[in-house]
Amino acid sequence: MRQSNSYIVIYAAVLTIVCGGLLAMAAEGLKEKQQFNVALEQKKNILSTVINIEEGQDVNRLYEQRVKQFVVDFNGDVRSDVKPQDVNLSVEYKKPAKDRLLPVYEFVNESDSSKVDNVVLPVYGYGLWNDIWGFVALESDMNTIKGVKFDHKGETPGLGARIESDPELQARYQGKSIYEGDKLVSVTMMKGEGNDYSDDKHKVDGMSGATLTAKGVNNMLSDYLQSYERYLKKKKTNS
Amino acid sequence: MSETVEKVEVKKSEPLFTKKNKKLITNPLDIDNPITVQVLGICSALAVTTQLKPAFIMAVSLTIVTACSNVAISAMRNSIPSRIRIIVQLAVVSLWVTLVNELLKAYVYDVSKQLSVFVGLIITNCIVMGRLEAYAMSNKPGPSFLDGLGNGLGYGLILMTIAFFREFLGSGALFGFKVFDLIGLHYQGNGLMLLPAGACIILGIIIWIQRSMNGYRETH
Repeated sequence: MRQSNSYIVIYAAVLTIVCGGLLAMAAEGLKEKQQFNVALEQKKNILSTVINIEEGQDVNRLYEQRVKQFVVDFNGDVRSDVKPQDVNLSVEYKKPAKDRLLPVYEFVNESDSSKVDNVVLPVYGYGLWNDIWGFVALESDMNTIKGVKFDHKGETPGLGARIESDPELQARYQGKSIYEGDKLVSVTMMKGEGNDYSDDKHKVDGMSGATLTAKGVNNMLSDYLQSYERYLKKKKTNS
Repeated sequence: MSETVEKVEVKKSEPLFTKKNKKLITNPLDIDNPITVQVLGICSALAVTTQLKPAFIMAVSLTIVTACSNVAISAMRNSIPSRIRIIVQLAVVSLWVTLVNELLKAYVYDVSKQLSVFVGLIITNCIVMGRLEAYAMSNKPGPSFLDGLGNGLGYGLILMTIAFFREFLGSGALFGFKVFDLIGLHYQGNGLMLLPAGACIILGIIIWIQRSMNGYRETH
């Protein structure tokens, strides 16, 4: 009986249904909590491109006070019908640049909330193995990089994954410029590590053993900064 | 079939903590340790031990998964068709691992990010499957639970030991606290300890010490 084919088929089917049901219940029950964590992580990432977040700081409150978030289109016009949290960048980045919805996070001055200290722009692209993404914070001149924060789905630990895990690597972008005169040139991570690019405004030292991830980062930055170009121009002429 | 059922009923009168059952917990801690003696689960032991916190969470997760899967499989053992027993074991292990993963994501999100794929890889951890096949398939839920617990703890013990040395020597910290700064000394972290190679060295030393202490020899 225990070895008959029908017993085996039924056994497997019941097991699948029971396991599947339990997992579905667990996923549904924990969803809210998980989404809260993901949202909090994003807020933390956005803030950390601009300021140092101390352990135990109330990120939600800080975010509420200092960050103005909205979505713009390719022409730099605000799209009031879409909220940034509803924009799925993993879908958007596959569209041609002029169709993309582009979230913007403005970091406002502590005492004067109408004054924008920094703008934080999300970027999204493809690394060596899988998606990579991040945030780039610009100074109020819309040119100098204040800070960056990268993350990835599946880059090689210890090599390409350093874009996320190595704060020193992210710090290399600080103070670099994305414009040369009026032309957007972005910032390029070079091949090879240990070289000094401190006098070059558009180059940063590379990652040894992860040139292809660096290439992905370079593409991501230039691609997304170009998408934001018209918004940045508007911002510059307004201020 | 009827014979096994009979045996089970006879054994039921046995109390849970007999001398034999206590051994189920203490053996994996030392003379039958899953990492140092059976040399299983090495991959994750190298990967998640740069700091104590993720190592601790990993150890707890694996202990829960092993113990719970052991109980589940042991309870089901008389109904599992032997031809698909491995896939049934796998399904049960996956169930527990996914549950643990979801819980980590909900309650300790930063650690869950740090552990990333390694929680998912508990599914393929030889310790879990090994215990199911070697113990739970032929023993009652009670002892199976202890066996899972013991092996999980044995794994955790080694994991924590490696993580202790790696975090201490590699970044001069324990559970994230900079112990050297606390007593006013500057410590230049040893980068090697943060790389998998550092874990290999420490693990090797642990195996060496342990085997020379209890006189274990590989049998050919």
